[in-house]
Amino acid sequence: MTRRQRRMALVGVLVLGVGAAVALALSAFEENLLYFISPSEVVAGDAPADRAFRLGGMVEEGSVQRESQGLRVHFVLTDYAQRVPVAYDGILPDLFREGQGIVAKGHLDAEGVFVASEVLAKHDETYMPPEVADALKKAEGKAPAPQP
Amino acid sequence: MIPELGHFALILALCLALIQASLPLLGAWRGRAGWMAVARPAAVGQFVFVALSYAALTYAFVANDFSVLYVAHNSNSELPLVYRVSAVWGSHEGSLLLWMLVLAGWTLAVAAFSRSLNPYFAARVLAVMGLISIGFLAFVLFTSNPFERLVPGALEGRDLNPLLQDPGMAVHPPMLYMGYVGFSVAFAFAIAALMGGRLDGAWARWSRPWTTVAWAFLTFGITLGSWWAYNELGWGGWWFWDPVENASFMPWLVGTALVHSLAVSEKRDGFKSWTVLLAIFAFSLSLLGTFLVRSGVLNSVHAFATDPARGLFILGFLAVVIGGSLGLYAWRAPRVRSTGHFALVSRESALLFNNALLVVAAASILLGTLYPLFLDALGLGKISVGPPYFDAVFVPLMLVLLVLLGFGPMARWKQDRVGRIWHGLRGAAVVAVAALILAAVFYASEHLVLVASLALAVWITATTLLGLWRRLRTPAAGRIRRPPRAFVGMTLAHLGVAVFTVGVAVSGAFSTERDVRLAPGEHYPMGPYTFTFQGVDSVQGPNYTASRGMVEVQRDGAPVSVLYAEKRIYPVRGAAMTEAAVDAGVFRDLYVALGEPLGGGSWSLRLYHKPFMRWIWFGGLMMMFGGLLAASDRRYRTVQVRQPEGALAQEAGRVHV
Repeated sequence: MTRRQRRMALVGVLVLGVGAAVALALSAFEENLLYFISPSEVVAGDAPADRAFRLGGMVEEGSVQRESQGLRVHFVLTDYAQRVPVAYDGILPDLFREGQGIVAKGHLDAEGVFVASEVLAKHDETYMPPEVADALKKAEGKAPAPQP
Repeated sequence: MIPELGHFALILALCLALIQASLPLLGAWRGRAGWMAVARPAAVGQFVFVALSYAALTYAFVANDFSVLYVAHNSNSELPLVYRVSAVWGSHEGSLLLWMLVLAGWTLAVAAFSRSLNPYFAARVLAVMGLISIGFLAFVLFTSNPFERLVPGALEGRDLNPLLQDPGMAVHPPMLYMGYVGFSVAFAFAIAALMGGRLDGAWARWSRPWTTVAWAFLTFGITLGSWWAYNELGWGGWWFWDPVENASFMPWLVGTALVHSLAVSEKRDGFKSWTVLLAIFAFSLSLLGTFLVRSGVLNSVHAFATDPARGLFILGFLAVVIGGSLGLYAWRAPRVRSTGHFALVSRESALLFNNALLVVAAASILLGTLYPLFLDALGLGKISVGPPYFDAVFVPLMLVLLVLLGFGPMARWKQDRVGRIWHGLRGAAVVAVAALILAAVFYASEHLVLVASLALAVWITATTLLGLWRRLRTPAAGRIRRPPRAFVGMTLAHLGVAVFTVGVAVSGAFSTERDVRLAPGEHYPMGPYTFTFQGVDSVQGPNYTASRGMVEVQRDGAPVSVLYAEKRIYPVRGAAMTEAAVDAGVFRDLYVALGEPLGGGSWSLRLYHKPFMRWIWFGGLMMMFGGLLAASDRRYRTVQVRQPEGALAQEAGRVHV
């Protein structure tokens, strides 16, 4: 091979490899994209039926109920306009409590219950996830403006 | 009074940084030795004043001076002393001051160890570091002053974020910053070389140990962060693909590419413009990482501050640094000629593919980290991509890299033959294929990644040891040659990759994780282990109260360990914290975390059995030590940059043209 051919071969292999990696990345990106949906949007039927999404809102006061056996817990997420019942199997994070803004990842079942695979409540007690703050604002802003 | 002194010292440091950035640069341009000579004393002075300022803030923490706003927000008189010292970098303002201290320290080191360097080059390097200092000092002074007073002073502080009250988190940020900021040296070398228009072997040889040390610190910092997350976040994972972690991982990946590409630049005078570009990217990503974590862009445990003035400054600063250096690169790099040619089969090619893989991996992480932020900023909806995305992209890329890792060090520079490499690696390949078959038989198809990873770990180990054996063996039988430290360092780091791979693969495939509900006296079997819950008592800490659950672990009836997992309440912040209990072993970790009380003395508990967890961090430590060892190679210490007669005058003349 001449030097030019060698170089072209090297460049060709690199371009192919990088192209494959980019294709891989973009398809993985598309597949694993999670949209954030508010309770109002869920009730309006805007939630995807066949894929997971993230649901955020306030944990409604007095809504947390544990089953007497096992770890299943039920609560209601609200943006003060609409309510979505949530079921979760597992240990809730330290900062989970009623009246707290949280984000849950999961999917809707046939009965309209959001089955969460993961519940996130980060930060300290005055913190509000920005998505939740936004969703509350959209839902007529009945809630006091959150302080980050 | 002392906080004001600290503030004043910081202002003086900024003045010195202005001098350090301007006069030496002008001197190098005009050929004035006296102006260039200002760089070193200015760097020393800057370090002294930044250190004084840092000491003043530390004093305010130690003395519980709650009339300082930052102290009042991040400390408490009940906080143990060691965490009062580490609370200095517990939030935005102080962590930037720490960043500044580390930068001043690296600058001081460059000033001290650059005496044999071409004076023009040294002056430019120090000036570039001065420019970075100006940016950071201005940022601290104008938007994030840690010495701001609270009038009237608070009686008691709001306490440090409980998540940060952990030994791992106390050490993690300084190590991470040592790495981030260390890349500023590689960056300064690259920019100075571009300015002078000289990128020769000496430049690469000078950059190399600095870059490798920075990389080693970054490796250590990330390893510590991972270990902290495992212990402190209470769900037993060691990596979450959280934006905060990605922020430190991207510079690491590009830094790893840089360490390898510098080898080609030094030994073969090749890849030079690429190396410069990597140095620019590594530092830019370090800046991006610092700011992503510290500006509050991300909603995550690290990001506390939100302030538009800061955001604008950060964007402006990033634009100046990245835009300026890329502009300089576009202007100057076409002059840089790499003289080393290489064949398709050669070590250069292997390193080129290594670089391509690492950079593509970093880019895919950048996409997953920044794209959601962009969409959000543009008001196009809120999305996120979780760990599945990162796993799907990252794991295949790294598996290819691991295959390559076996070949690269065995290939000769410039030109090699496939037949020769194969001949040398036959033995290792046989062992690796045997491991592959064995793993496939045992673990079948359901653990494809595990089988591939195990075989690759064996492959890397075998080839690396083979390489070491070749180096040790001398033509004269019975004698052992001592290989250079750089080679030993590389060997250690590559073995670390193998150890890390085993840890990730095995713990990923065979961890048992159960969230269970247990009443006191109840037990839960897990493989050969039995976890028995013995109830919860209450414990009083210095600044928290805790419910402490006791879990006895037995293996086949024999006691193994008693684990005390805590759920702490920090009353000042009203924050609850899970303090997991871990019985660590070489081949398995037993992990217990306390969930919530479920009434009647029952609690929810996380019980994990995680095999080979330690290997993950041990692999990281091996990589770090490998890096440090390589950087201490004698050839970097004895290097004398010989200047041909009149080279200095020549250089000065050339720049005028």
